[in-house]
Amino acid sequence: MSATKVVTEPAPVRERRPPDPRWRWAGLALLLAAAVYAPFQLVPFHVFQLTMVLVYAVALLGLNLLVGHAGQISLGHGAFFAVGAYSGAILLDRWDLPYPLTLPVAAGVAFVLGLALGVPAMRLRGLYLALVTLAIAIFLVPLLKRFEAVTGGSMGLTLAKPAPPGWSGLAEDQWLYFLTLIVTVAAFLLAAGLLRSRVGRALHALRDNETAAEVMGVRLSFYKTLAFAWSAMFAGAAGCVYTWVIGFVSPDSFTVNLSITLLAGLVVGGLGSLSGPVLGGLFVMFVPSISQDVNDAAPGVIFGLLIIVVMYVAPTGLAGLAARLAGRLVKKIPRKE
Amino acid sequence: MAGFVQQVVEGLGAGAIYASLALALVLIYQFTGIVNFAQGELAMFSTYIAWQCVAAGLPFWLALVLTLAVSFAGGMLIERVIIRPVEGAPELTIVIVTVGLFIFVNAAAGWIWTFLIKDFPNPFPGGALEAAGVSVSFSTLGVLGVVAAVMGLLYLLFQHTKIGLGMRAVATNPASARLVGIRVGRTLALGWGLAATVGAVSGVLVAPLLFLEPNMMGGVLIYAFAAATLGGFDSPLGAVAGGLIVGVAETLAGAYVGVIGSDLKVGVPLVIILGVLLLRPQGLFGRAVVERA
Repeated sequence: MSATKVVTEPAPVRERRPPDPRWRWAGLALLLAAAVYAPFQLVPFHVFQLTMVLVYAVALLGLNLLVGHAGQISLGHGAFFAVGAYSGAILLDRWDLPYPLTLPVAAGVAFVLGLALGVPAMRLRGLYLALVTLAIAIFLVPLLKRFEAVTGGSMGLTLAKPAPPGWSGLAEDQWLYFLTLIVTVAAFLLAAGLLRSRVGRALHALRDNETAAEVMGVRLSFYKTLAFAWSAMFAGAAGCVYTWVIGFVSPDSFTVNLSITLLAGLVVGGLGSLSGPVLGGLFVMFVPSISQDVNDAAPGVIFGLLIIVVMYVAPTGLAGLAARLAGRLVKKIPRKE
Repeated sequence: MAGFVQQVVEGLGAGAIYASLALALVLIYQFTGIVNFAQGELAMFSTYIAWQCVAAGLPFWLALVLTLAVSFAGGMLIERVIIRPVEGAPELTIVIVTVGLFIFVNAAAGWIWTFLIKDFPNPFPGGALEAAGVSVSFSTLGVLGVVAAVMGLLYLLFQHTKIGLGMRAVATNPASARLVGIRVGRTLALGWGLAATVGAVSGVLVAPLLFLEPNMMGGVLIYAFAAATLGGFDSPLGAVAGGLIVGVAETLAGAYVGVIGSDLKVGVPLVIILGVLLLRPQGLFGRAVVERA
């Protein structure tokens, strides 16, 4: 009997056949090959733009862990991004640390800060968490300006960018791009592993039904705090890479707008999917630079409208739409049962 | 001593403005359980409408009446068009939608009126009342008076009219309210309209002090959140009390605590929000919600 005819009763949740894993691997390999090949074909400015897409993707990966997978909202992830960026910058500026070492330190600082803020914040219901994180994002800018001796105040800090080693034969923009690409791939592997583990299952459980999760033995406050700290860590790592790439940090790069833009990018890219952060990164990078030509306010109008529209018609964002489209294509290819 | 009293008076003046925006936040929260992150931006947009009317040559008070009417209609429209489809959705969805509204309204104002600072006429006369070495500017007195008047009008509306009775019924229990024949949907829209009107008042009060520009209310919003949290998100009286307390606390902290100074005052609402949520999550005047899991 063919399985397709037995759909007499309506399924409560439409089941989608998971695509053959081989397709997924082929797609990923293709994507990675394209990502490695791209910087040799593009002009330096476009390489820089792609680098920034990857930086945002890492930050969004962290935000996604919290918002998409654990169902907690943060309007202040720009603050953790800034903490990572400033940690990296201060280490380079003050202690002349070799730049690869700044990444784990910056990520660690963001993680600890996320943990410290997560303990009180996670006792709060969703809405209040949004309030607290928003207040943190607003408070950070004057705080950075205040401690001028360390942070350089409003003027910020200017740093040398990592120079490409002689053996590689790469230009500076290409070298920065590959550094960022390595961090991005590592971050994605880490996030994917995390989500497949016990932690990931716990996060999904508490997102979908807190009461049920608690009954199953998930310690809500522990896992919420952990999700907050992990997601702060990813944002901090992204901030550190940002410092490498830009070579300059100043408080006004990390206003509350950054936090809100990150959330907007994630929602449009797709909550709760692994490809969402990449699409979100593309969105955050290219929508403003393209639409700014029309009017200074055009990016905001587009962001705002798209967020609302996406929440209505496609809560899974661009990633969800892409997956649906890909699913249809794959279905057309006959496969062996 | 006079210096201290002076600081308190100035704090009350700032607090009255926070109170008016907090009042708008609380109105919406009471009816719909939504914290409207776009409240400040809606107030800013209303203020631009008032500015446009004045710039077109209308007398100030006529412009104000017109603005309040437009804001009321706009608030109802937003409830119907943007909020209605996500009513009853998870909190995350609603917060994201209001954040989207925040970005959109902010950018729309920038598009229409540019990001350049505009001068907004002060409705109150200059000068100040002097008593015992303390001077209270007429502007501060005016702000306090307007907020008290708004509070009084809302009290009359809620406690002594049929519409207000219906609104309280909806806030308490929408299902039962619907069963006794109250148009719940219409009442919710009314709540949003009222909130937008109160927000517009707060925008018009702020504008002469801060100069009119699209990001004007961004700073005020966080104080209003602190005020609403402190007073309790379901208590209009609490919002006003909270606003005044936040205003005074912020001014005193800025003036007397050397580490804070005028630049780190923004930390005060953060500390207040965190403190209240950890010690008394329902706020000073709010009801503690008992949840059955």
